[in-house]
Amino acid sequence: MTAPLEWQLATVTAVREETPTVRSFTLRLPSWPGHRPGQHVDLRLTAEDGYSVERSYSIASEPERGAEIDVTIERIEDGEVSPFLHEVVVAGDRLEVRGPIGGYFVWEASIGGPLLLVAGGSGVVPLMAMLRHRARAGSHTPTRLLFSSRRLEDVIYRDELDSLAGRGNGLEVAHTLTRSQPPGWTGYARRIDEPMLAEVAAPLGRDVRAYICGPTALVETAANGLVTLGLPPERVRTERFGPSGT
Amino acid sequence: MTQRFVTRGFVGRRATEGTGGTAGRVPPGQYLTSDFPVLSAGPTPRTPLDRWSFSIEGLVREPITWDWPGFQALGPREWTVDISCVTKWTKLDMRWRGVSVDTLFEHVDLDPAAAFVIAWSDGGYTTNLPLSDVLNGQAFVAWEYDGKPLAPEHGGPARLVVPGRYFWKSAKWIRGLRLQARDEPGFWESLGYHNRGDQWREERYSGD
Repeated sequence: MTAPLEWQLATVTAVREETPTVRSFTLRLPSWPGHRPGQHVDLRLTAEDGYSVERSYSIASEPERGAEIDVTIERIEDGEVSPFLHEVVVAGDRLEVRGPIGGYFVWEASIGGPLLLVAGGSGVVPLMAMLRHRARAGSHTPTRLLFSSRRLEDVIYRDELDSLAGRGNGLEVAHTLTRSQPPGWTGYARRIDEPMLAEVAAPLGRDVRAYICGPTALVETAANGLVTLGLPPERVRTERFGPSGT
Repeated sequence: MTQRFVTRGFVGRRATEGTGGTAGRVPPGQYLTSDFPVLSAGPTPRTPLDRWSFSIEGLVREPITWDWPGFQALGPREWTVDISCVTKWTKLDMRWRGVSVDTLFEHVDLDPAAAFVIAWSDGGYTTNLPLSDVLNGQAFVAWEYDGKPLAPEHGGPARLVVPGRYFWKSAKWIRGLRLQARDEPGFWESLGYHNRGDQWREERYSGD
């Protein structure tokens, strides 16, 4: 019998604005067994009268940080939990957390590559944990991230991605902006499609491992597209998220 | 009893109260959704119907295999059930058409030693259930949702539906049931998720 994943009281040590609708929360945990990049945690909020809600959020940080994790959370306008986290929670607050959870959508430097990461919006979060870990572990695994956002100001982790890709250790980041593009934009300017996947994946060769996370339509397009391009389905791992409401 | 932690400033929306007919239908830790989210670990498999089959094998006297038309002719009926996913959403009154596992088992002789069922799918997915969790109207194999053929991303051509368990037990793209004397953890059950997955006991993860 496995020991239960206990709820523990994490302390929020920092809140950071990533984009106008996305914030990262740093949580310090009393006891953390360590996670694998790609895993998530459950968060529980409880009101005075005992009413409580739970949600799952991907971990954005690398395991090398020890008993401190970041979760990056998009504000869902009609949501019950994310508006509360964005509007009310500040450094010093405590939140109930349990995890880590999920053992399939994970990548560690020891797994190797080449690595193709495909993200839509806040689907980049578990992939960021992989990229941060890759950097901290000194991995030179050839890696490409194809990242779809609506507008430039919606690109989560934009500066950090630029800086990671500028290290010359085998990471390249390709952005696509689907709604509007700034003047002089040289990246892609459409939804992810098969020709785009082919272009981004081609330099990685046939032995690529792919991880795709985003809204359902993007995940379906990317996963089916990569299989059509010849990747064995078992090397394509997917994680969906998304505002489940309209 | 230990004192419950209260989250500073949290009131909550109580979406599940006072909305008529939903009281008592949302398991602990779940929230109601009106759409039908998709979750899967890999690409959506696509098996043409002329190559599709469904088998019952393992601890039965004679294994049996149906093709698509034969399977559809097995006395389909409709179900309206509430579904809960371990990722926290619950959707009420989902309408399905398919064939009950009881009906499937009428076509085989179960070995008395058979105690567990492994549902297996295109793409290599498996999930395990005690036989007692799928009998007596508790499980069916569906090929229609909401009056339309079940979409591939939702598990079409056909998926298992076990409303009394978290939705990962409702194997998408199902191709057969294997009867065994011993339990054997399936895909998610081997990756940290609960072996039984009863949403009313909030059995999400191993050890819950």
